[in-house]
Amino acid sequence: MTVERAIAQDIETDVQQHQEHDEAGNSKFGFIVFLLSESVIFLSFFAGYIVYKTTTPNWYPPGVTRLETRDPLINTIVLVSSSFVIYVAERYLHDKKLWGFRLFLLATMAMGSYFLYGQAVEWRSLPFTYQSGLFGGTFFLLTGFHGLHVFTGILLQLIMLVRSFIPGNYDNGYFGVEATSLFWHFVDVIWIVLYTLIYVWQ
Amino acid sequence: MTQAQIPLEQTPVVEHSEHKKAWKWYEYFTFNVDHKVIGIQYLVTTFIFYLIGGAMAVAMRTELATADSDFLNPSLYNAFLTNHGTIMIFLWVVPSAIGGFGNFLVPLMVGARDMAFPRLNAIAFWVVPPAGILLLASFFFGGAQAGWTSYPPLSEITAPQAQSIWILSLVLAGTSSILGSVNFIVTILKMKVPSMKWSQLPLFCWAILATSLLALVSTPVLAAGLVLLLFDINFGTSFFKPDANGNVVLYQHLFWFYSHPAVYLMILPVFGIMSEVIPVHSRKAIFGYKAIAYSSLAICLVGLFVWVHHMFTSGTPPWMRLFFTISTLIVAVPTGIKIFSWVATLWGGKIRFTSAMLFALGLLSMFVIGGLSGVTLGVVPFDIHAHDTYYIVAHFHYVLFGGSVFGIYAGIYHWFPKMTGRMLNETLGKIHFALTFIGTHLTFMPMHELGLKGMPRRVAMYDPQFEAINKICTFGAYVLAVSVLVFTINAIWSWVKGEKASGNPWNAMTLEWTTDSPPIIENWEVLPVVTHGPYDYGLNGRGPSAEEESAVSAQ
Repeated sequence: MTVERAIAQDIETDVQQHQEHDEAGNSKFGFIVFLLSESVIFLSFFAGYIVYKTTTPNWYPPGVTRLETRDPLINTIVLVSSSFVIYVAERYLHDKKLWGFRLFLLATMAMGSYFLYGQAVEWRSLPFTYQSGLFGGTFFLLTGFHGLHVFTGILLQLIMLVRSFIPGNYDNGYFGVEATSLFWHFVDVIWIVLYTLIYVWQ
Repeated sequence: MTQAQIPLEQTPVVEHSEHKKAWKWYEYFTFNVDHKVIGIQYLVTTFIFYLIGGAMAVAMRTELATADSDFLNPSLYNAFLTNHGTIMIFLWVVPSAIGGFGNFLVPLMVGARDMAFPRLNAIAFWVVPPAGILLLASFFFGGAQAGWTSYPPLSEITAPQAQSIWILSLVLAGTSSILGSVNFIVTILKMKVPSMKWSQLPLFCWAILATSLLALVSTPVLAAGLVLLLFDINFGTSFFKPDANGNVVLYQHLFWFYSHPAVYLMILPVFGIMSEVIPVHSRKAIFGYKAIAYSSLAICLVGLFVWVHHMFTSGTPPWMRLFFTISTLIVAVPTGIKIFSWVATLWGGKIRFTSAMLFALGLLSMFVIGGLSGVTLGVVPFDIHAHDTYYIVAHFHYVLFGGSVFGIYAGIYHWFPKMTGRMLNETLGKIHFALTFIGTHLTFMPMHELGLKGMPRRVAMYDPQFEAINKICTFGAYVLAVSVLVFTINAIWSWVKGEKASGNPWNAMTLEWTTDSPPIIENWEVLPVVTHGPYDYGLNGRGPSAEEESAVSAQ
């Protein structure tokens, strides 16, 4: 590289970097890296679950033979489809159609809330608690930790919704929405693995 | 200067010079987002924890001077033992080597004005003091007693409140480490000044990149294990309770899956410091740049698959013993590559015996001893005999004290002028080195023998036959305590009254030396243009001795 070109490039990035250290491309990359780390916590819990399930002699607590799968399946379908809904919301925002964005974001939030509600109903109906041996412990730990992530996702969506009412807020990029959406997809994928491990593999 | 910094004819960046150039002293105590301030905040905070952890070590060695338990109450001894380890790892070596040097140096070395996410960076730092205060507060509840490894069931039945606080403190420190790692990865991969090629990235940055990747994938596993432990202690779950089908070995797997890589978190950045200090002070190009850079990444990868060598006596099945013995021996190879590359760099160099260089050379010799004893421990038949004896204590102190702490000292002597604008006193520095070097061998070398003779670690009382050797260790620990005192006095005195440092007192070629000492806010008026590699000392057929006069005409 010639020195002149290097200087020219430098001045350009110099100004850019100076104005904004925290540019959106970096933020998105950083957020993905963070999610990678977050997924490792889930992976460790999953690994623990597999070890426990394969080595424990009496896996289910007395009186429990298997878990009900119908309602959780409906819950799963709702959560997974909400991933597509939030994608549509993001497309609307991309096309600068704010009302479409708000509508579909609201729909995502409703679906997420339905999921949490379904989870709560299921929790209340179960004949065992988190103290019921390793099965109870891992079941409530995994679903609870995931539920916490769903709740966080809904909160993020709420913030993004409120922000859309600030005039011109999303005119120059919308990293927050992208991150929220990525997070939501992440929570979804984790749920699919979790559902497979806990409900399908009985 | 060696670094070509070409002034511009018409400067479109002139508005920068309107900026404030330096921080006031009290701004170092605030939520400041400047990476240099954060780096210094890390270093000073962690050094205070180092002193606290060191005081605990001195108290323990005093107790161990005699075979009876006559100085510390045994449960206080256990608490000191646990917290000495925890503080030294989670509040001193990890945050100072990665957080301190990483934050201060990485943006300067890659030619950026700050880290990628300055605010996140400040948050990551400000999580550390609460973590430390929390840990110290656990002493009001008797202090965690189960050792830094906190294996259940012991950790579930002793001092439950203190153990819970210990867990929270570690989770906080881990969070800080993850946030910091995200920041380093983005900064190194995305914010390098465009004129710098990948082959011109300083080796310290490669080391920090490898470290961050490792921290990112291993720290959450520890968090998972600790959360399970916390639930067991406080909420009546039975994950690790053997009497309720719980699996104590699972905890050990989760713990060591993080804590073995944690060894590399503590040594890789220090290897990075070595790769900077050695070429500068031997006035020679680094030998095997690529080998050193890639070996960091290799250590990071292989280092994820060796953790079971800590658990050879935990009923580990034979195939696991075999696999992890082999992987442990393999991970010694990239480490060896680094050692040989540094020796080859020194070979024929014009070595300046500055304090920084002395500590780097000290590290080289100490780490070879610690590394070799590590290889012996990686072999199952020997490990089963030496497990949980003082041989282990000797091994990891050679690696962590003789390795990591020597490297941090080398880094401080090397970059103190850049950080503070003043030179450290070299005479005191050499006294400090001599005391530390002698003290380390006195304290830790005899422990090999203690271990081979069968003295168990983690006990306040021991068989009287070991007393004579233990007295040597205790004497060595006092020498180390004095050495730290000398260093502390040197650092404080030099920071206030030391000789003023120029922008580039060591005639080094990496980018951080192209700006003032201490660097101005935003690091440079005009970003530097990279025209040569970071270690191009005495190239183009010139010997190291001819390097100084020809450096100016390097272009």
